[in-house]
Amino acid sequence: MASRKEGTGSTATSSSSTTGAAGKGKGKGSSGDSAVKQVQIDGLVVLKIIKHYQEEGQGTEVVQGVLLGLVVEDRLEITNCFPFPQHTEDDADFDEVQYQMEMMRSLRHVNIDHLHVGWYQSTYYGSFVTRALLDSQFSYQHAIEESVVLIYDPIKTAQGSLSLKAYRLTPKLMEVCKEKDFSPEALKKANITFEHMFEEVPIVIKNSHLINVLMWELEKKSAVADKHELLSLASSNHLGKNLQLLMDRVDDMSQDIVKYNTYMRNTSKQQQQKHQYQQRRQQENMQRQSRGEPPLPEEDLSKLFKPLQPPARMDSLLIAGQINTYCQNIKEFTAQNLGKLFMAQALQEYNN
Amino acid sequence: MATPAVTASDPPATPAPAPAAAPASTPASAPAPAPTPAPAPAAAPASSSDPGAAAATTAAPGQTPASAQASAQTPAPSLTGPALPGPFPGGRVVRLHPVILASIVDSYERRNEGAARVIGTLLGTVDKHSVEVTNCFSVPHNESEDEVAVDMEFAKNMYELHKKVSPNELILGWYATGHDITEHSVLIHEYYSREAPNPIHLTVDTSLQNGRMSIKAYVSTLMGVPGRTMGVMFTPLTVKYAYYDTERIGVDLIMKTCFSPNRVIGLSSDLQQVGGASARIQDALSTVLQYAEDVLSGKVSADNTVGRFLMSLVNQVPKIAPDDFETMLNSNINDLLMVTYLANLTQSQIALNEKLVNL
Repeated sequence: MASRKEGTGSTATSSSSTTGAAGKGKGKGSSGDSAVKQVQIDGLVVLKIIKHYQEEGQGTEVVQGVLLGLVVEDRLEITNCFPFPQHTEDDADFDEVQYQMEMMRSLRHVNIDHLHVGWYQSTYYGSFVTRALLDSQFSYQHAIEESVVLIYDPIKTAQGSLSLKAYRLTPKLMEVCKEKDFSPEALKKANITFEHMFEEVPIVIKNSHLINVLMWELEKKSAVADKHELLSLASSNHLGKNLQLLMDRVDDMSQDIVKYNTYMRNTSKQQQQKHQYQQRRQQENMQRQSRGEPPLPEEDLSKLFKPLQPPARMDSLLIAGQINTYCQNIKEFTAQNLGKLFMAQALQEYNN
Repeated sequence: MATPAVTASDPPATPAPAPAAAPASTPASAPAPAPTPAPAPAAAPASSSDPGAAAATTAAPGQTPASAQASAQTPAPSLTGPALPGPFPGGRVVRLHPVILASIVDSYERRNEGAARVIGTLLGTVDKHSVEVTNCFSVPHNESEDEVAVDMEFAKNMYELHKKVSPNELILGWYATGHDITEHSVLIHEYYSREAPNPIHLTVDTSLQNGRMSIKAYVSTLMGVPGRTMGVMFTPLTVKYAYYDTERIGVDLIMKTCFSPNRVIGLSSDLQQVGGASARIQDALSTVLQYAEDVLSGKVSADNTVGRFLMSLVNQVPKIAPDDFETMLNSNINDLLMVTYLANLTQSQIALNEKLVNL
């Protein structure tokens, strides 16, 4: 999936450089901090994302799509979007690029903003911090400075409140990804912790006046929703699933830690062995010198003791990030539920 | 950009002659309506005795438009076609999703200079009793006093692209902004009849006549004296709004921009949402109470159905002994507190791990 998105990233650059409006915000000089302080979404985009997931994304498949819009000063305005077909039959990546080009060209005919400014993805219970997402977002952000990834959580939305978050990679992480060097030394140098991998950008929703009129019209005509999931107290299922995912991640993490520990132990053992070998060599050489024989040649230590491969740190960073997200979700969830329970208690006491 | 332009011959007194003439002149060239719409009419019972049946094109797959037209020109009762399951009015119901309307309004706002209205294609699925419109896209077109040109090539292309994402959607009809049905609408309807059997026409009044944005749906019916040239009339259909649950929530949120001064809202945090929802329930409860008081004081006459609803409402509150409630409440609170503690613990663990690794 990562390769497919890289293809789209590069077509984004080519397509936006061929269109006349290329200069619109794309050539901003990259300052130290991020270029986007706020994301402004049209109501239409929200509805489209919801509909796309509802129709195509049942089950644990993620649905993805492209965001279109423009950049105004430090605000990213997203005015339209279109979905990406599911990657079911692996006939050709050519298909996706073609699809995207066709779509953008057609949308241009009807005056829809055709600047690629990001992509969106649905998520299952908040598990979106993966290598694939990182790679895709990196290629997008590399091509287009201000792109974001919108994460839509349908399950949380079904529970009563729209859950839409916009993320970008921090500049530090961008640097590391550019180098493509994920060894421990490089990461230590960059001083990246899991909290500094993604930064969340605040979202606002904005509608035009005409859409507001439409909303009033709809409100008059449509029935009130009969399910108020938000105030439901029966939530143990949701909590259970969240905890399950968290446990899996923690297991992964502990395995990773074990691997790291073994690596450390092995390196230190190797160091000791090297040291001993050197000492023995020196002793032998001194003995030989005292006997008047030529000293033994210095042997290349690195050939005798092969250096150990340090484990990739990127994965553990991702796992830590994911665990962090899960914990955040759980805490939000428990806060809400505690509120509801206390409310129920107050009502019950009032009755008695 | 192949734009088939049709000049409406001498501003016709009624749009009647033109469409009747046009399909007759293109009997063979009309490609058999693409296989996808075919299953739909086959499914609909062809109740030919239905006088209100509307058909400009084929019913059974494989029939060319000309023959259908010929059969339609016989006296009305023998009209075949994807007949509506009942006599007019109150025939088929059109169920719209809000995303369609938002899309239409958005394309209206982005129209070209000088264009008075925007048109586009409607996609969706057909049911036995209703038609559900779930997607749409706008199609560029040029309209002037005496001619109208629609880029059908573009429409076909877009439809192909959309099919890749959602293969179940069929072309159902077309939409136009503006509050009237003009002569050109008939011609455009004609184009669309080639794509889908019995297309639906949706109008969204963006010019806000009467201070409201009226949304209406039509289907075309033939009218006139049987045996002579037939005219076309647009008969209205009932429009209902369909929502998925998540869509409902999305629309509720977006609606909030109506109340904010610069039409901007942020997404609220967790407890705020609970607060908002409880405020809504409080409002609903006070309305109900007000109604009950009005009935008691005689201001409003009692209605049995409402009374029954009220009774079921009151009965739904479960009767729990206070002790049981206490235990349930406490155990739930304990669970939540424990989980919060665990989450915090895990977070501090991974932070520690990070520090150790970076030593």
